Amino acid sequence: MIELTVNGTKHQVDVVPEMPLLWVLRDELGITSPKYGCGVAQCGACTVQIDGMAVRSCQAHIGEIAGKSVVTLEGLEKRDQHPVLQAWIEHQVPQCGYCQTGQIMQAISLLDLIAQPTDEDINEVMSGNLCRCGTYPRIRAAIHAAAAKKMAEK
Amino acid sequence: MAPQTYSRRAFVFGSAAVAGGIAFGLYGDAVQAATASDNPLSASLGPNSVTFNPWVEISPEKITLIAQHADIGQGVGSVQPILIAEEMDLDPGQFEIRFAGPSPAYFNTGFADEFAPFVAADQSPAAEEARAASLEYLRKTGLQMTGGSSTIPDTYQKLRVAGAVARETLKAVAAKRAGVAVADLRTQSGHVILPDGKKIAYLELAADAAKIAPVLDAKPRDPSQWRLLGKPMTRLDIRPKVMGELKFGIDMKMDGMLYASVKLNPSKGQPLKSYDATKARTMPGVKKILEIKNGVAVVATNSWYAMKAVAAIDCEWAPSVYPAEQADHWKVLETSFKPEFLGKEWRKIGDIEAGLKVGTRVEAEYRAPYLAHQPLEPLNGMGLVTDKGMEIWVGHQSPQFVQNIAAAAIGLKPEQVTFHNQWTGGSFGHRLEYENVRVLAEIANQMRGTPIKLVFSREEDFLQDIPRQIAIARHKGSVDNGKIVAVDLQLASTTPLKGLLERSGIPSKDPDGQLAAGLWNVYYDIPNFRGTSYEAQGLSPSTTWRSVGASTAGFFTESFIDELIHAAGLDPMKARIAMCNVPTYRKVLETVAEMSDWKGPLGNGRGRGVAFVEAFGTPVAEVVEVTKTDRGIRIDKVWVAVDVGKVVDPVNFENQVQGGVVWGLGHAINCEITYAKGAAQQTNYNHHEAMRIYQCPVIEVRGLENDPKVRGVGEPPVPPAAPALANAIFAATGQRIREMPFNKFIDFV
Repeated sequence: MIELTVNGTKHQVDVVPEMPLLWVLRDELGITSPKYGCGVAQCGACTVQIDGMAVRSCQAHIGEIAGKSVVTLEGLEKRDQHPVLQAWIEHQVPQCGYCQTGQIMQAISLLDLIAQPTDEDINEVMSGNLCRCGTYPRIRAAIHAAAAKKMAEK
Repeated sequence: MAPQTYSRRAFVFGSAAVAGGIAFGLYGDAVQAATASDNPLSASLGPNSVTFNPWVEISPEKITLIAQHADIGQGVGSVQPILIAEEMDLDPGQFEIRFAGPSPAYFNTGFADEFAPFVAADQSPAAEEARAASLEYLRKTGLQMTGGSSTIPDTYQKLRVAGAVARETLKAVAAKRAGVAVADLRTQSGHVILPDGKKIAYLELAADAAKIAPVLDAKPRDPSQWRLLGKPMTRLDIRPKVMGELKFGIDMKMDGMLYASVKLNPSKGQPLKSYDATKARTMPGVKKILEIKNGVAVVATNSWYAMKAVAAIDCEWAPSVYPAEQADHWKVLETSFKPEFLGKEWRKIGDIEAGLKVGTRVEAEYRAPYLAHQPLEPLNGMGLVTDKGMEIWVGHQSPQFVQNIAAAAIGLKPEQVTFHNQWTGGSFGHRLEYENVRVLAEIANQMRGTPIKLVFSREEDFLQDIPRQIAIARHKGSVDNGKIVAVDLQLASTTPLKGLLERSGIPSKDPDGQLAAGLWNVYYDIPNFRGTSYEAQGLSPSTTWRSVGASTAGFFTESFIDELIHAAGLDPMKARIAMCNVPTYRKVLETVAEMSDWKGPLGNGRGRGVAFVEAFGTPVAEVVEVTKTDRGIRIDKVWVAVDVGKVVDPVNFENQVQGGVVWGLGHAINCEITYAKGAAQQTNYNHHEAMRIYQCPVIEVRGLENDPKVRGVGEPPVPPAAPALANAIFAATGQRIREMPFNKFIDFV
């Protein structure tokens, strides 16, 4: 049994330690906002936070993160009022939406790192997150809007 | 119910039989569709509930609106119910959405124009007659399919009529109950409002509404009265998607479910010869190893266990029936420009042979590779087979064919397969094919009684992805005295639509109509013109990829026209505007010229290119601006003008157009599928990347409403992107790129 904390709740899972966190979340715990897209850290759809850092959950072996705190989009504090999620809704970013939970988790991490990112900062941090529908113009606009909103709230 | 056998010829050439006696038109058809007598909702209707037509169901507890077209990210899971809600005076949140099951009542009227052998801008009586004939054929065959950017053309009238019928019937019931005249009633927010201001909820009227005949002469409202449509509304799926709450097909779960993954012959469609699963058998989580028609499957307690174990199975495969190596695919295409491979001479104007002898001759060969679809949600599905039949939960664009394919795979009758359509993480044409449906049926059948969730690994998804057509064009033209005198467009290609139809159980001997897209619908005044397609034989199966034929032919045609314009010494924008012979289309070009402030060459390593393509009836003009930097070509900005007749959902419209441009540019820059040993060599996104955010330009969009018909927008913005980029690179560098992907010839930032 491997113990981990997801969104503040402790879980014990009976899987091999090599299993990627993504598949523990999805198939063992039924937490489905992290998506399987590529399995090789090429798309970012599986992005979650581990101890506050954005991580590709398809690359994190469960055995190595035992005891750490995992937060998925479902577990964000005050999710309904979260400035990044609100900006995503206001700008109507999603098309198919499959990559968007990963995009959002990456964008949150970006704004934690850089409060007022430039377009270059966004390119730098968000280019690992693939969107096949091509919502990039809206992702960019939503990140700027969320940054402004966060500043206004301070 | 299975659709009847199709023959495109039957309705394409059968128009004389129905001429004169029909007065269908869009409105007439919409009324007929909305009042279809065999309403598939009737059979499962609960007590005290009512259904007025195949799209509206009201019980005492809830209102359910049916979405007949599959949502593949293009937003139709929202706009279809909104079309109904507009007429019913329902607010978002007052109804549930359910995807339709298979039924001929959901036949797609939107394919009528595409199937008739006339270019979109031709609205002559003969063209309209042929479209009416193909509509009748579609009605008879009952083809229910999402594709060809047809959702809005199909549903714009009929769903508003469906909503109006529901509204007027509810009012009639309320009038009877309250003893007042219908004319004194109005509707608001899911209620009928009585003259004294009292409200009756629709839910309270359901039982009585079932006892009267629907009010069929209800008319949809004039757009000037719209509350929701045409305004910047929020798509209904935006919030659940952002909150991570929307369940895609891959997120489905049932008690007792096991997980499966597969390894199939990478030489598409060919069988398994033998396999050795010794290692896989002992791997963690493995429950079962199964042989299926063209490969192996592992059933396990977790998707990852299944993927790992199936990867560890050694398989010996039957060889491919198409050339094993990519170079031989190109060789077949090169030798396909011969009479015996003629698809069709689609259009001929003037005297092409004489025209080509005048003035200066220009010839060029263009190439476009196979491409993968690879929506981010991999192929998947959940299935359960019992003695009664099969239930299948999968996101798919063709419900009837899912039934047929699943049933045929395991010896059931189509009606024994119950299909539940799912929200999908993209498609781009991928979810019109059936590989996951067939193997899921086989696995679930071998695991009877146990629900199975199938997930393809990304690598397996790439390997089984039936690609976009591969094509070569050999174009000739001539210019004289500052004018284009002759254009002879010839291409050889694999056949995407014919391939899809054949795999759907509708083999066709007719030329593939999608090879005419972007080839014959050229709206420039050119005195001598010919457009011809040749169909290469024996190559990889090919299928429809966002914008289909126009994704290759649009690039070939609009790049070549650009070459001729330059050879004639003309400005690419002014020349196109001057040559354009459809007034509404000319307006599209003029609009993009105005948006981009087109004034001719930019200089200093900067360049602009323009391209104009009509696809699925929607004319789109794009201007791309690039800068040549020391790190390569940087795409700075794109302007797009699109005429769809009516912009129904303006925010989603812009999002779709931007997405189409990103799709068109990204794949043109860096994507191809090549074969080695019969298998695709690109098996993950690092080999087939398309556009990431760092390459994404600013994309400015304007929607026009001059076209007399309402058109779709999912695909048409794709075809002009690649030629506009190639034309811009030529303007900036003098280098003419005639083959995709462009990064084989020039670097990009």
